[in-house]
Amino acid sequence: MPQPLVELKSIAKVFPGVQALDAVDLVVQPAEVVGLIGENGAGKSTLMNILGGVLLPTSGTVRIDGCAVTLRSVGDALAQGIAFIHQELNVLDNLDIAANLFLGREPACGGPLRLINRRVIYAEADRWLERVGLNLPSNTEVRALSLAQQQMVEIAKALSQNARLLIMDEPTSSLTLAETERLLSLIGDLRGEGVSVIFITHRLGEVQRVADRVVVLRDGQNAGKLAKEEIEHDRMVSLMVGRALDDFYVKGASQTEPGFLQVRDLRTRAYPKHPLSFDAAAGEILAFAGLVGSGRSEMARAVFGADPKLAGTVSLEGSALPIRSPRDAIAHGVYLVPEDRRLTGLVTEMTVRENITLAGLRRYAPAGLIDRQQERAVAEEQRESLRIAAPSIEALACNLSGGNQQKTVLAKWLSMDPKVILFDEPTRGIDVGAKADIYRLMRGLAEGGAAVIMISSDLEEVLGVADRLAVMHEGRLAGVLPRAQADEESVMQLAVGGAAT
Amino acid sequence: MNSVLVALKKKEFGMLGLLLVLCVLVALKSPAFIKAVNIQNLARNIGMFGLFSIGCGLVIITGGIDLSVGSLFALLGVVLTIALTEWHLSWVLGVLLVLAVAGGLGTCHGLLITRAGLQPFVVTLCGLLLYRGSARFIAQDSTKGFGAGGFELLRTLANGDVLGVPAPFVLLVVVAAVMWVLLHRSVYGRYLFAIGRNEEAARFSGIRTKRVIASAYVLCSLLAGMSGIIFAFYTNSISPSMHGNFYELYGIAAAVLGGCSLRGGEGSILGILIGVALLQVLQNLVNILGIPSSLNFSVMGAVILIGVLGDQLLRRRGERARR
Repeated sequence: MPQPLVELKSIAKVFPGVQALDAVDLVVQPAEVVGLIGENGAGKSTLMNILGGVLLPTSGTVRIDGCAVTLRSVGDALAQGIAFIHQELNVLDNLDIAANLFLGREPACGGPLRLINRRVIYAEADRWLERVGLNLPSNTEVRALSLAQQQMVEIAKALSQNARLLIMDEPTSSLTLAETERLLSLIGDLRGEGVSVIFITHRLGEVQRVADRVVVLRDGQNAGKLAKEEIEHDRMVSLMVGRALDDFYVKGASQTEPGFLQVRDLRTRAYPKHPLSFDAAAGEILAFAGLVGSGRSEMARAVFGADPKLAGTVSLEGSALPIRSPRDAIAHGVYLVPEDRRLTGLVTEMTVRENITLAGLRRYAPAGLIDRQQERAVAEEQRESLRIAAPSIEALACNLSGGNQQKTVLAKWLSMDPKVILFDEPTRGIDVGAKADIYRLMRGLAEGGAAVIMISSDLEEVLGVADRLAVMHEGRLAGVLPRAQADEESVMQLAVGGAAT
Repeated sequence: MNSVLVALKKKEFGMLGLLLVLCVLVALKSPAFIKAVNIQNLARNIGMFGLFSIGCGLVIITGGIDLSVGSLFALLGVVLTIALTEWHLSWVLGVLLVLAVAGGLGTCHGLLITRAGLQPFVVTLCGLLLYRGSARFIAQDSTKGFGAGGFELLRTLANGDVLGVPAPFVLLVVVAAVMWVLLHRSVYGRYLFAIGRNEEAARFSGIRTKRVIASAYVLCSLLAGMSGIIFAFYTNSISPSMHGNFYELYGIAAAVLGGCSLRGGEGSILGILIGVALLQVLQNLVNILGIPSSLNFSVMGAVILIGVLGDQLLRRRGERARR
């Protein structure tokens, strides 16, 4: 057995009132990719924050190359060769790539003014970009880059600081399929060059592909380890939740009413030249598959009135809806669970109660004054029926886990009897248990007679949940498939612009 | 009493404590502080400053700011004197005219901010300059006054008492009560807070965010119009280059001291009132303790700084405890 690169031994972390980690062990060998998985709140982030120098453990030891160390800051961790790439990237988008790469350690010309040596900084930066396979000049402004490219910049930055271990927290959650592919293969290359990676994700398929070993956390403890040959979807899930999940996806539309929602010649700002038409039936779940950037979110935002429609009509039960703002859409029972729940779905610094009742507040407010008893009752009812795990309805939304935040967004609309409800990436960054809950709720809504439209980039989820699949490619509807005729291959074909097979 | 204590948020509680401590200290140092005359004077000032500070607070809660209030006082004062003494309008028409001008200008602020997409700071800074200049131009840079007699009702509103309580303070209590219901119990108030915290999420919940934001500026200007009338009769003469100078900063300072965050989405009527009282007691303290009045602003600045610094430290400790 070679000397491990990192060895965490019985790490515990206590926050006031919470034991976030309890005697957790983790070993990373040189040139090894470790998949770290677990439900939200299992302690993955806390553990990685300890290894990344953000938090200090309450007890336990951190050994690097066999020596016990205390990582008091991110700088300490970096000095040991540990770089943490957060889910929310830390790039300054008003600067160019080179400036980001060498922030705080710019090569200087010498002399009292410490002018930046522009020749060296760009040449060096170009070299690192090449290493991660990002073919862009390093004087490109970061704001012009896609998320995936910004991520590559972060990886290049870490490597340029001699990182031997990259911690990546959900690096693929907002990447397109092609970008994910590229990242996974880069991880493979890095391993080949002797760099270790700890890979945190909720997408188990990716773990299966890239990880040499899987470490599962549950409730702040080690729940299990899987060696390379033992990594399977079901085993990971059962270790994560501590039980086998039966009927993860709830199947089957029973009664549908075709033509319930009709969208005709919808043009959005993203693809003004491509009119989009489709129908959604009451009682079904219609999933929009496709690559990120194929115009699905823009479609949803336009239907909901959040973005202006350049042209086109939306009609419900045969009559055209005059939707010019979210307010109009809501008045007709058309709701959107948006892609970014922290920016557009929730007022995170308000309470669960205030968030649940925000859209329908007038119903509980005769003469403009809020009936607080009724408001509380409505919020409490939704919290119970959706099983939102919050200490009370007076908890701030920002203190909930991703899954419970998403349920809170849902509760807002469920309390208002949706006719059409659009979900944009409803389970992104959400743990397995909450995912199953949300699928069940979606199915319940459909069975209650609503038209449910789901946008998702997770193919497995689309195939598991949908009754029909609409696949988009560059703003156009590439094809609509009934569930029975869809499989990963046929959907991907359409999504990348090929013809259906 | 218990429910009152519960209703006070921690921040307000701290500021209320500071206010009481300050009062006790001044009273111990100088018994003149608790003389009826001084208390009445204090209450009158709190009344006048409180009225428009509430408006400033509403705007701050939406995440905006209104810098134009002080200049608005000068403009409205000049308009009022001209309307009453030169055009000989009845006092009712004069008051309506002032409120209409205030409401109109507030509407302009609101529309420029929400429809033209300009920053509140810029729009109201231009207001600050524009209204001061217009006031001086209209008055031809000369002091305008109401003279010695007439307009008894308006004079009483500024200088009179109701059962020994200064009229502006009574008016403030009434207005504050209405605004408290509006801010803390009504749909409109909830929308203000939601927009201040996250305008986009509020829009996605079907709130007409532009309309709500614009209305906050209208309310702010209307409240400024109300207190502007009182200030005009309180001073009885308006020197257009001086009248109301820096008053917008009193309003903002009171709101911030009282717990409004300039980031928006935070604040309360009670807090604003405490902030107003704190500032007035400070002024009073400077006078009573014989501190050179040239230090007036410095004392105010120092206390505000200490207040928000202390609050920040407490908050950080709270966050660390949570981490």
